[in-house]
Amino acid sequence: MQVAVKLSGVSRHFEEVRAVDEVDLEIAEGEFFAMLGPSGSGKTTCLRMIAGFDHPSSGEISLFGQSVIGVPPYRRNVNTVFQDYALFPHLDVAANVAYGLMIRGVDKASRMRQAEEALSLVRLSGYGKRKPSQLSGGQRQRVALARALVNKPRILLLDEPLGALDLKLREQMQEELKELQRSLGITFVFVTHDQGEALSMADRIAIFNHGKLVQTGTPTDIYHHPRNLFVADFVGSSNILPASLALKLSGRESPASLRPEAIRIVGEGGHPATVLGESFLGATRRLTVDMDGTRLNILLPNQADAPPVGAEIRIGWDDESLHPLEEG
Amino acid sequence: MSDAIIIRSSGFGDRLSDVLWRRPNLLIGLMLAAPVLWLGVVYVGSLVALLVQSFFSIDEFTGLINKQFTLKTYRELFTTPANLDIILRTVLTAACVTIASAMIAFPIAYYAARYARGRWKALFYLGVMLPLWSSYLVKIYAWKLILAKEGILSWLLDKLYLNWLLEAYLSLPLLGGNSLSVSYTGTFIVFVYVWMPFMILPIQAALERVPSSMLDASSDLGAHPAQTFRHVLLPLALPGVVAGSIFTFSLTLGDYIIPQIIGSSRLFIGQAVYAHQGTAGNIPLAAAFTVVPIVIMGFYLWMAKRQGAFDAL
Repeated sequence: MQVAVKLSGVSRHFEEVRAVDEVDLEIAEGEFFAMLGPSGSGKTTCLRMIAGFDHPSSGEISLFGQSVIGVPPYRRNVNTVFQDYALFPHLDVAANVAYGLMIRGVDKASRMRQAEEALSLVRLSGYGKRKPSQLSGGQRQRVALARALVNKPRILLLDEPLGALDLKLREQMQEELKELQRSLGITFVFVTHDQGEALSMADRIAIFNHGKLVQTGTPTDIYHHPRNLFVADFVGSSNILPASLALKLSGRESPASLRPEAIRIVGEGGHPATVLGESFLGATRRLTVDMDGTRLNILLPNQADAPPVGAEIRIGWDDESLHPLEEG
Repeated sequence: MSDAIIIRSSGFGDRLSDVLWRRPNLLIGLMLAAPVLWLGVVYVGSLVALLVQSFFSIDEFTGLINKQFTLKTYRELFTTPANLDIILRTVLTAACVTIASAMIAFPIAYYAARYARGRWKALFYLGVMLPLWSSYLVKIYAWKLILAKEGILSWLLDKLYLNWLLEAYLSLPLLGGNSLSVSYTGTFIVFVYVWMPFMILPIQAALERVPSSMLDASSDLGAHPAQTFRHVLLPLALPGVVAGSIFTFSLTLGDYIIPQIIGSSRLFIGQAVYAHQGTAGNIPLAAAFTVVPIVIMGFYLWMAKRQGAFDAL
């Protein structure tokens, strides 16, 4: 498989701030790749550098093996779906979608036909004559998607595209985006701060923090083998055990992560713990317990016989669930 | 502190704010009453009076105003070549001033809206507004000194051995003259200078509202900077350009001081109005002259609206 995007030693400094710091990254062709991190972690700057809106202070970016240093955005066969959609308010939906084709000099009849096709791809047939201001958030998002896809880019960049949508719509669009990516086979590079979104949609995830790339891997890999405290804490929810406790439990003196759903209540053996609190989450039930002075969250299948607050219980887990973490 | 759930109002001020809170329209009415009265009675009223007077006529022998409705004055306005000359001269100058102002103002406004931050932005506002603080007459006379035959400009060009350039320009028909200060070019330069802030500020405000992601998106979709300007930036900034052009166009149409001090001594509409209502006492013709810029501006706004200049608002 060809490498679609390659970043080698890419840094972007805004005066004293290192927005992106020595990032190395490879994204394969046809991959659904997520760049995940809290705000200010450098993920959006990375995306903007791939699109060409921003330029690295040092390092090398290449797309399909060709360096794009000094190449303006309008010479890159890459399209972007913007966080605020950036639809042109003075043009109707069809003209918005056909904008890229119009710029390239495609004749009017042909570009209107292609725009209509792109609109039907995102299930907005017949909306061409409306103005962007007459659409809902979800519809604008689809128009932005159609406007990018109509140009048949080799790489599609998405900057927090679902950020402004409400939960139901977001889940629906997640499915649709995945489906679309699968059927088109285009490389999708997706920036998000929502770990759930990244886990559910991406083939691979890159996790950013303070401008640095912390870990790259498949969602399963990252979820089960977080490299350090930051990843364990940021991706999913995790119990972080201090090094002293981890030493006692596993014999390795480094902090460790223990996923809440990996902990079970056992009849005998295991470790004693006291129930501090309990909350009902619908499909699951969360128990907060104290074990040796450390608070742990436990996620239980929603069964009727949850122990009451104050109960002394015994808890256990499989050895491989206790995952050692690097500091940082 | 009492534990009452409702805090009692006490005193006149409290009760007044309660009443106004319950009747928000009353508050708005009170605030707008004075300006609406002023606008409605004094401003619109005098406009109507003006319009009415333009349909009166003057008795050529007695010099008295004949208060009977007639189109005689308008016939005089549009059939006398000298009057048509005045209208054409004024409208053409106003159009040239507007176009030049827009072309000069756009880059300045663009810089201020997109790049200037903090101190530079303050400096921009200061630079644009500062000329408005000093007297208009002082500025015009300053320009007269700059453009005069023995003025600063010709002195400078003389030192640079470029006076032949100025001489060549002044020998052009229509645009030239004895010196810049008595040519149409001089009038044009001073108009552009004096009205420039009224063009820069609306364009800057319009550009300020264009999100930078819009320009990124255009470039992302393959548009060169020139294409982005043509298809995105200009249409989105157009309401600002139109707003600015309303100022520069109508101010130039109505001004009677600049062409009197700088330029060939041929009349502009404003000067004609001044002359007819003053020394000549021909109020109907003065009123008819005044109606011309109003009609032109109305037509201009109607065209701008039809062309979609305000769609992006």
